Amino acid sequence: MSRQILVALAAGALFGLGLAVSGMTDPLRILGFLDVTGAFDPSLLFVLGGAVATTALLFRFVLRAPRPPLADQFHLSDSQRIDTRLLGGAALFGIGWGLAGYCPGPALVGLGYGAHEVLWFVPAMLVGMAVHRGRERQAQRASST
Amino acid sequence: MTPYWVTPLAGGVLIGLAATALLWLNGRIAGISGITAGALFPKRGETAWRYAFLLGLIAAGALALHWLPSAAPSRTGFAPVLLIAGGLLVGFGTRLGGGCTSGHGVCGLGRLSLRSLVAVGVFMVTAILTTFIVRHLAGIA
Repeated sequence: MSRQILVALAAGALFGLGLAVSGMTDPLRILGFLDVTGAFDPSLLFVLGGAVATTALLFRFVLRAPRPPLADQFHLSDSQRIDTRLLGGAALFGIGWGLAGYCPGPALVGLGYGAHEVLWFVPAMLVGMAVHRGRERQAQRASST
Repeated sequence: MTPYWVTPLAGGVLIGLAATALLWLNGRIAGISGITAGALFPKRGETAWRYAFLLGLIAAGALALHWLPSAAPSRTGFAPVLLIAGGLLVGFGTRLGGGCTSGHGVCGLGRLSLRSLVAVGVFMVTAILTTFIVRHLAGIA
């Protein structure tokens, strides 16, 4: 097994552990944050704050290297475009997140735990991704003919 | 007694360290929706690390929930139709918008990306409005 695969496995494991420790794997805590007019639970703010403070501090050092030790290049999106796709996609994601209380990471962790709710949510999420993929391919075909 | 914000903050730092390790060593952004979509629709030579990341995420997260049962999903009786609708919107929306809470939130904000900041602002607002409508106007807990 290559070192790159081991790093991905370890990073995924650390990410999953972080999600469980943070409590973000319980949709009621997510909705407790999003429900600003109800019994507000600020936990998510500390999770996002802790995560972003860490990445904002460490990414700057990491990205000073000419390339990653185990890969040819940093795979980063250079796009700075703020268009209807970004805005519409983020808006739809937020509606789904507020509806169910799951975003992709916690839903996948719940799947491993055997939580019954995500047996509905995760397959639907994969279908949503497939629908987007189908639309993109259709648009590609239309533009190439 | 430990203040309530300690474990959320510690969990957040672990997530940030995971994202840093993946970018530092492999040059990849830890965006869960993008990694999932990349595993679902494989491109040659691009899938193995995605499967490894997802395996680690699911296995370690699930194991940790057995030690921390209070963080496990505890809701019962929530309508499956809302879970399905939510899943469809999360899947489609994250691909259209190019990221979710991890890609735009944890990583994009860490890179000080304006594009990600806008995305986070938009999905927070629509999520808060949706939760308000579901809980307070429709009366679904």
